[in-house]
Amino acid sequence: MKINVTINNQKRELEAAYDEFLVDTLRRYGYLSVKKGCDTGSCGLCTVWVDEKPILSCATLSVRVNGKNITTIEGVQKEAKQFADFLVNEGAEQCGFCSPGFIMTVLAMKRELAHPTEESIVHYLTGNLCRCTGYAGQLRAVKKYLGVV
Amino acid sequence: MRVVNQPIAKIDGMDIATGKPVYTDDLCNQNALVLKILRSPHAFARIKDIDTAKAEQVTGVECILTYKDVPDVRFTLAGQSYPEPSPYDRLILDEYVRYVGDEVAIIAALDEKTAVKAMKLIKVDYEVLKPVLDFEKATGNPVIVHPEDDVHINFDIGFDRKKNIASICFMGDGDVEEELKKCEVVLEKAYYSQAQIHGMMETYRAFTYLDHNGRLTVVSSTQVPFHVRRIVARALQIPKSKVRVIKPRIGGGFGGKQNVSVEVFPAIVTLKTGKPAKIVYDRKETSSCTSSRHAMRINVRLGADKAGMVKVIDIDALADTGSYGEHAPTVFTLVGLKTLPLYNQAKAVRYRGTAVYTNKVSAGAFRGYGATQGAFAVESAVNELAARLKIDPAEMREKNIIKAGETNPILDGPEEQKPITLKSCTLDRCIQKGKKLINWNEKFPRKVFSDTKVRGVGMAITMQGSGIAGIDTASAVIKLNDDGFYTLLIGSTDMGTGCDTILAQMAAECLDTTMDKIIVHAADTDISPYDTGSYASSTTYVTGNAVIKASEDIKKQIAESGAKLMGVSAIEVEFDGERVQTQDCSRTLTLDEIAQRLALGEGQNQLIGKGSFGGETSPPPFIAGFAEVEVDTETGQVDLIEYVSVVDCGTVINPNLARVQVEGGVVQGIGLALYEAVHYNDKGKMISDTFMQYKVPCRKDIGKITVAFESSYEPTGPFGAKSIGEVVNNTPAPAIVDAVYNAVGVRVRSLPVTPEKVLKGILESE
Amino acid sequence: MISIQDYALPATLEETYEVLTAKKSNTILGGCAFLRIGSKKIGVAVDLAKLNLDFINEKNDSIEIGAMTTFRKIETNPVLIKYFNGILPKAVSHIVGVQLRNSVTAGATIYSRYGFSDFITALLSLDADVVLYKGGQVSLETFLEDGAKKDILVKVIIPKTDRKAVFQTMRNSRSDYAVLNAAVSNKENDWKVVVGARPQRAKIARAASHYLAESQLTKEDIEYAAELAANELTFGSNIRGSREYREAICKVLVKRAIMEVLA
Ligand SMILES: Cc1cc2nc3c(=O)[nH]c(=O)nc-3n(C[C@H](O)[C@H](O)[C@H](O)COP(=O)(O)OP(=O)(O)OC[C@H]3O[C@@H](n4cnc5c(N)ncnc54)[C@H](O)[C@@H]3O)c2cc1C
Ligand code: FES
Ligand code: FES
Repeated sequence: MKINVTINNQKRELEAAYDEFLVDTLRRYGYLSVKKGCDTGSCGLCTVWVDEKPILSCATLSVRVNGKNITTIEGVQKEAKQFADFLVNEGAEQCGFCSPGFIMTVLAMKRELAHPTEESIVHYLTGNLCRCTGYAGQLRAVKKYLGVV
Repeated sequence: MRVVNQPIAKIDGMDIATGKPVYTDDLCNQNALVLKILRSPHAFARIKDIDTAKAEQVTGVECILTYKDVPDVRFTLAGQSYPEPSPYDRLILDEYVRYVGDEVAIIAALDEKTAVKAMKLIKVDYEVLKPVLDFEKATGNPVIVHPEDDVHINFDIGFDRKKNIASICFMGDGDVEEELKKCEVVLEKAYYSQAQIHGMMETYRAFTYLDHNGRLTVVSSTQVPFHVRRIVARALQIPKSKVRVIKPRIGGGFGGKQNVSVEVFPAIVTLKTGKPAKIVYDRKETSSCTSSRHAMRINVRLGADKAGMVKVIDIDALADTGSYGEHAPTVFTLVGLKTLPLYNQAKAVRYRGTAVYTNKVSAGAFRGYGATQGAFAVESAVNELAARLKIDPAEMREKNIIKAGETNPILDGPEEQKPITLKSCTLDRCIQKGKKLINWNEKFPRKVFSDTKVRGVGMAITMQGSGIAGIDTASAVIKLNDDGFYTLLIGSTDMGTGCDTILAQMAAECLDTTMDKIIVHAADTDISPYDTGSYASSTTYVTGNAVIKASEDIKKQIAESGAKLMGVSAIEVEFDGERVQTQDCSRTLTLDEIAQRLALGEGQNQLIGKGSFGGETSPPPFIAGFAEVEVDTETGQVDLIEYVSVVDCGTVINPNLARVQVEGGVVQGIGLALYEAVHYNDKGKMISDTFMQYKVPCRKDIGKITVAFESSYEPTGPFGAKSIGEVVNNTPAPAIVDAVYNAVGVRVRSLPVTPEKVLKGILESE
Repeated sequence: MISIQDYALPATLEETYEVLTAKKSNTILGGCAFLRIGSKKIGVAVDLAKLNLDFINEKNDSIEIGAMTTFRKIETNPVLIKYFNGILPKAVSHIVGVQLRNSVTAGATIYSRYGFSDFITALLSLDADVVLYKGGQVSLETFLEDGAKKDILVKVIIPKTDRKAVFQTMRNSRSDYAVLNAAVSNKENDWKVVVGARPQRAKIARAASHYLAESQLTKEDIEYAAELAANELTFGSNIRGSREYREAICKVLVKRAIMEVLA
C-alpha cells in the first residue's frame, strides 16, 4: 500500500506491505539510524517519533502512519548532537547501538517534562535498555544536559 | 602525560551516538540474499530424512542447504588462537541435532518473507533421541551427546566423548588433604551460577560477497576477525587467502562475538550461489541458538585457622558446556586460575574441573570467562567462613590477600605453575577505599530501618588477567602520511569499549602529537596487522604494547629521515613531534615537510613503523566490590542501594572510558546476581529467550553505582596499564549475596537471588 | 512474523463489526505490541483509528475511557490522576517504558483479559463497566469471567465517586511483568480487594472484601482480611514465581494496600 508521510520535514510517498512494521520500512528507505534490538517491544532501540511522540517503530504497522509526521534522529541532528556532546564527554556511549533510540527518547522527554528530576528522568527512560554502559553515565549526561542537579 | 590518562572523548563517539549508518546491517547491499535457518524442535535427534523439494519451488528461493551439502570436516566456532583448545565438534550442518534450536537447514531467498515461507515447507523426519538435560547427570550417562567418532582435538584437554566429558582441568600446589587435617575450621559448600545470556543489543549478523578477485568477503559483527578468517576457511575447505574479513562498528559483544556463530552460513551460500548473502539473527536466536555463560556447580572447601587465616582452598567445578565445547577447557580453567592466587597465604590450593556436554544451548566465552563463576563461589565461601568465625569479611581479606612483590605458583606465567612475582597490586588499598566509600564500619553487618526493611552490606574481591600469557599477540603498524598525520593500523576490535581511542591516545602520547593527527583503522584482515582479537582483556595491554613499539619505531625513522634530508647524522637531531631539529637548533624541518618530501621523488621513502607484542605474563587487575542492599522482610524483595567498585587496573589510560567500563560491567554483574534467570521447559527448550522473559537490568534496577580507582603501576604494561574489560563483572554476585545474608541471615547459593528464594529463607529461619 | 492480507480503516462501528466478523482471521488492531509477537495469520487487519475511540471523558457521574486510549494518556491524564487516588495512572506507570505506553491500548488489554495485567487489576477495584459493540454494557467483573464472542470493545465506564484506591505490585526486575499485583479500594465502607497476576486474571476477593466492611479495621482485622484473600483465591506457578510464593506475598500486598487506603 502507498502511504504518504512527512519524514523529518520532508514529504514522502512510501510503499509498504500491510504487515510491514515501521522500523523495517524506515530502514528500507535509508533511515538507517533506526535500530532493532528485540522482537517483543522490550528494548526501545527502535524509538522514533510519530507526531512528536516517542513510539516503538517495531510495534507500529507502517500503514497506520499514513498522513502522519515521523521524526528519526536523522531529522534532529542538531539537537541530537547537543545532547550527544554531553553523552560523549561522559564516555557514556559505548557500542552506540542503543543511542539513536535513547536520544530520541531523551529529546522527547525534554519537551514533555516541565520540571525534570532524577526520578522522573529515570522513569521516562526506563523503556530504553542498554547492555553496555550500566546507565549511570547516561544519567549523568542527561542531568547535565537538562541542568538537573 | 598529555594524552594518556586524560578523559578524552571517543573518536567515533559522536557518530555512533547520533545514528550514522556504520554497523554491519547498515552497510549491507540491499540485494543480498536473506538467510533463515530451520531449527530443531528436539533437544536430541537424528535426521532420518529431509525433503526440501517443495520449499525449493517457492518463487524467490535461491538455495536450500542441508547436512548433505556441507563439507564433512569438523571445526570449532571458538575464536581462539590456533591450535584452539576447544574440540572440533561442529559441522556447518549435522545429521545429529543436539539442542532445541540446532541448525537443520539454511534457506536463502530474495527476501525474508519468502525464506520463511519456504522454511515452513521443508519436511524433516527425525529419529527423536532421549536427551541429557541435567548437567549434573551428564558424566557417564548412557546418552552420548556426540555419538560421532570424528571429533578432533588439537591437544590433550581430557576430552572423553563417550562419557560426555568435553574437558578436564587440574591445577594445584601443596598437599590439600594433609593441610586440611591441620585446619581448625573447614567449610564446604556448593554454589550454582546460571548460564547468563550476553544480551548485546546488536544481535548476531554478517554478510558475505565475492569481490572482484573472486575472494569471499565476510563483513561481520565480530570480536575476532582473524579467527573468523581461519574458521570460515576450514569450515568451507577453502584457502585462507581466499577469505577477507571486515569488522565495522559492533553493537556490543561481551565475549559472545568471540564465537563465530553466524558467519559460516552466508559464507557457504555465497560460495554456492556466487551471490551476496546476509544473515541477521533475531533476539530469540541470539539468546537460544548461539552461546551463553557456562552454568556451573562449584564446590568449595576452605580450611582456616580461628583467626581467619585461609590455609587451604580446594575447588571442584562442574561446567555445563551444552551441546558444543566452545571455550570449555579455557573458561573453566579460569575458575581456579583467577581465584586461587588471591589468597596467597594458603599452604595448599587445588582446582579440579570437568566440563560436560548436555543437550542444551552451547556455552562459550562471556566477559569474566570463568573468573566470574569462580569469584562467585570462592568469595561466597570466604564470606561464609568469615561469618562462621565472626570476623569482619573485609578485615579477613586484608589479612589473606596477595601483595605486590609476592610470588604465587598459580599466577599466570609462561611456564605453568612456576612461581611468578606479582609486580603490581593495590588490592589492599582498594579494600580500604571501598570500605570508606560505602561507610562499611558503620553499616556492617546490618541496619534495621523499619519493621519490614533491613539493610545489609557485603563485599568481595577479584582479579583477572591482561591477555593470555604466551599466546595472545598483537601487531600495530603506523604509517606517516604525506601531510604529517599518521594512520594507526590495528587488528583489535573496538566493540564500544573505546579501544580505538585508547590506542590512539597511546600513539599520540608516544609521538608527541595530538589525537586529531592519528587516524585509526581496524579491522580488515586484508589490511590490518594480525591481532588475536579483542577478548581475554587483552587489547589495552597486548595491543597497547604493540602500539608503543610501533610508535617508537616510526619516531626513530622520522628522526633518521629528517637528519638525512638535512644532511646531518641521526644522532645530531631530535624529533619533538612537530619538527626534527639539530641539537644546536641551527637546522629544523617540520614533520609536514619531512612527510611531503619523503613522499615525493626526492625522498622515495614511505615511513612505516611496526611493533608486535605478546605478553610473557598476564598481569592481573584487581577489584574490591561492596554492595549495600535493602531487603523487604515480608516479600523478600532485594533493592540494591549502592554498589562500590574500587579498581586497580594500573594506569588508567582514559578515566571516562574506564569508569563506564566499570559501571557497565557492574550492572551485568547485578543482572547475574539478581535478575537474569535462565529457564528451560521439560523438553529442553530455552524459554527465557526474549527480553520479555529474560530480564537484563533496566534503569530502575541498579541503585547508585560508585567507581573509584587505586592505580598501581604495572612495569610491563603500556604506560603502566593493565586490563579492565572483564574484571568488572566478577564481584557483584558474591557481594550482593553476602549483603543479603548480612541483612536477613539468608544465604543464597544458587543465582540469581530472587525475592522468592530470599523469602523462603526468611520463613524457614523463623 | 505475523502476516496481514488486507487492511481496513472503517468509518463506523457498524462497518467495523461487519468487517471483523466477515472472516475468522479478521482481527482488530490495538496498539499491536502483542499482536506483532508470534505468527498470527491475519485476514483483514481492522484499524479503529477513525472511530474516535481515543478519549478520556469526565461526565457528571462517570469517567469514560475509549478503547483506543493509550496507557501513556491514562498515565498523564489530569482527571485520572485526580480520581481514585490516581490508581489507574499509577498502575500503568510500571509497564516497560514511555514508548510502549504510547502504543498499547486500554481496549486491547481489557478485551484480551490478560492475567498479568496491571490495568485490569486496578480497574476491577473501581466498579467499572465495559461497553461492547454487540454485547452492550456489562460489568468488568462479568466480562472477565465470561469473555465475549468476537466483538469490539468500545469503552470503559467508571462511576465517578470519591472511592479511594491503592495499587500494589511485586516485580522481580522493575520493568518485568508483575509476580503479583493487588488493588484495594474503599468507598463508605464498601471495600474491594482485587488480586491479579496470580498468574491467572484478576479477581475480586469477596470474602476479604466483606470481612473488611464488617470489621473494626484493627491491625488484626486487616491481617485477617489479607489472610482471607490469600485463602479464597487460587494461585499458580510460572517462571516469575511459584504458587506458594504468590500466596505468601498476596497477604503482604493486600495488607499493605488496605493500610494505605486507611492512611
Ligand atoms: C514487552 C511488553 C511488556 C509488557 N508488560 C506489561 C506489564 O508489565 N503489565 C501489564 O499490565 N501489561 C504489560 N504488557 C501488555 C500491554 O500493557 C498491553 O496490555 C498489550 O500489549 C496489549 O495491548 P495492545 O494495544 O498492544 O494490543 P494488540 O496487540 O493490538 O491487541 C491484542 C488483542 O486485542 C484485540 N483487540 C485490540 N483492540 C480491541 C478492541 N477494541 N476490541 C476487541 N479486541 C481488541 C486484538 O485483536 C488482539 O487480539 C506488556 C506488553 C509488552 C509488549
Ligand atoms: S526493537 Fe526492541 S522495542 Fe522495538
Ligand atoms: S551503548 Fe551498547 S547497548 Fe547501549
